[in-house]
Amino acid sequence: MTAAVFFGCTFIAFGPALALYIFTIATEPLRVIFLIVGAFFWLLSLLLSSLVWFMTRTITDNKDGPVQKYLLMFGVLVSVLIQEMFRFAYYKILKKANEGLKSINPDETAPSMRLLAYVSGLGFGIMSGVFSFVNTLSDSLGPGTVGIRGDSPQFFLNSAFMTLVIILLHIFWGIVFFDGCEKKKWYTLLVVLLTHVLVSALTFVSPHYGISLVAAYVIVVPMGIWAFFAAGGSCRSLRLCLLCQDKDFLLFNQHSR
Amino acid sequence: MLTFMASDSEEEVCDERTSLMSAESPTPRSCQDSRPALEDRENAAQWRGQDSEEDPEEDADRYVCSGVPGRPPGLEEELTLKYGAKHVIMLFVPVTLCMVVVVATIKSVRFYTEKNGQLIYTPFTEDTPSVGQRLLNSVLNTLIMISVIVVMTIFLVVLYKYRCYKFIHGWLIMSSLMLLFLFTYIYLGEVLKTYNVAMDYPTLLLTVWNFGAVGMVCIHWKGPLVLQQAYLIMISALMALVFIKYLPEWSAWVILGAISVYDLVAVLCPKGPLRMLVETAQERNEPIFPALIYSSAMVWTVGMAKLDPSSQGALQLPYDPEMEEDSYDSFGEPSYPEVFEPPLPGYPGEELEEEEERGVKLGLGDFIFYSVLVGKAAATGSGDWNTTLACFVAILIVSGWGGALGVFMGGVMLLSHVTIVARRDVVWWRQHCSGSQEACRDDTCSPWHLAEPLRGPGEDQGCHVTSP
Repeated sequence: MTAAVFFGCTFIAFGPALALYIFTIATEPLRVIFLIVGAFFWLLSLLLSSLVWFMTRTITDNKDGPVQKYLLMFGVLVSVLIQEMFRFAYYKILKKANEGLKSINPDETAPSMRLLAYVSGLGFGIMSGVFSFVNTLSDSLGPGTVGIRGDSPQFFLNSAFMTLVIILLHIFWGIVFFDGCEKKKWYTLLVVLLTHVLVSALTFVSPHYGISLVAAYVIVVPMGIWAFFAAGGSCRSLRLCLLCQDKDFLLFNQHSR
Repeated sequence: MLTFMASDSEEEVCDERTSLMSAESPTPRSCQDSRPALEDRENAAQWRGQDSEEDPEEDADRYVCSGVPGRPPGLEEELTLKYGAKHVIMLFVPVTLCMVVVVATIKSVRFYTEKNGQLIYTPFTEDTPSVGQRLLNSVLNTLIMISVIVVMTIFLVVLYKYRCYKFIHGWLIMSSLMLLFLFTYIYLGEVLKTYNVAMDYPTLLLTVWNFGAVGMVCIHWKGPLVLQQAYLIMISALMALVFIKYLPEWSAWVILGAISVYDLVAVLCPKGPLRMLVETAQERNEPIFPALIYSSAMVWTVGMAKLDPSSQGALQLPYDPEMEEDSYDSFGEPSYPEVFEPPLPGYPGEELEEEEERGVKLGLGDFIFYSVLVGKAAATGSGDWNTTLACFVAILIVSGWGGALGVFMGGVMLLSHVTIVARRDVVWWRQHCSGSQEACRDDTCSPWHLAEPLRGPGEDQGCHVTSP
């Protein structure tokens, strides 16, 4: 609607992901590659799920009415399932690749599984966020008035925040998922799947953005904490980092303290 | 990348390792000469923009030059991996830039999405009543286009074989003149129209003249590397825009598919024109149209240094005017087609990428066709960005994968694999992402199939690593 809305929503939705990319991924070409491959895997999962949805649509002969809404819900459920399946597939591939790398090169430290978990989660998240939001963003540059027919005038803002939370959730889900796979704790996979289904299902209460947004943000906080501990963080390391007393980190960045 | 890492058999690993090492190892004679080059390279890091890789490079050279079998195995794989990943990224950036320019233009300037006639190479119209007729017309258009491309490629190969360098020289200069002046003028005119900016003719003349003249100098002669890269990207984008405008839709997709197949054939068949070109160039120990190729590092191909001692200067100094003069005498030109000539993906530089530790090279035709792909998706998407983005990611994946695997002999098998994956995407992704196939075409493995048998003892054959 205005450039301000466009830029504002863009940075709300993609700012953190962009920052994460710039500071953690862009410096290492290998990580960039893994990120893009992760994004591609998400794309493949979307392709497959859209196929399923398309087939069910043609089966029901494109009738209008509540059937379509239920079909859409079914489609979303299938899509979530397939996304998690592809996350698992990516995990398997990365595991194999890691082993291959280690066998070739035992001295060099290959990227750890935790790092790959983060990168893959970010890849999934970025692709998912971009796909869900970029058309809306492009429309926001054009003419029009939001909410002129009684819809919520905060549509763009709500979408931006929802996109942000989905991206963050994908990152955390990635970390937790891979950690669960590594330690063979299969219940974590189930939890990831269920929370994903929950968040996606909540988006169906579409005019009442408050519910879906608040719920999503309520889910993202414990998810984030879980991911932090799964990635090897601890209260102690957090405290050290916040108080700038983490010697390893400081040495690594060559600050004198 | 993934396939490389997932390769389990020691056989493949050994092949990869030995392939890459033999590719990177200069001959013993040039080894001694290249040692001082390392110090110079330290100073000339700016030309290559590789800061962190200096030490591993030195180590690699030390090991490579010594030719000792008992090198630490880990180091080479580490370098392989590092260079593989770094080269793939170095491919991503210019390809992305070109695509961004094309998509930005398509989305904003109406001119390139308006249908305003067709090229003479695609005489059959697609405004037909029935689908079957349209399909037939597009196939016929493709046949004509591909045959024109084949004829031109063969003509070029013949010219090269009979050493008609002046003719080729002149042809390339004409093409780049056309691109840099005429197409730029048209493009600038359309952009100004779109944004309703007035520009008087004297200013326009000055701008276009400066742009074109500097472009000719940078591309055909010498210039700062970044400027040369920028110009190559711009002319690839301009060419791609012309194609997007003048190729009818279905014909464009069929042509892209057919060109993939043709490229494979042309490079892998023993009598393929491109293969003959490569072989001839290797026999004569000349660089193949070095300026045809986008180079991310050095301007000329170090791996194809001539055998005389003066040429060792190429290894030593990153920017030696005399050296450049010599190697540019025969071909310094990029081969851009003339106005309405197809870009001849059969051009030798295209499928060849020299993977040296100083950078990668990518043929301009690859840029053009990736951009045509994404541009077509953007043009026909009716404002749908998802398709464009999906195409973009698919192209990055396929070209990156192909690029990483282009180092290895097994690339052909993997190419077909990749093509299958890509084709599946094509069929279902609203037929907008068929470019993956097209991107696959570039993963021709002329490097390892050609270079290995042709490399004689003591000859410094070019490290032709194919990569899209």
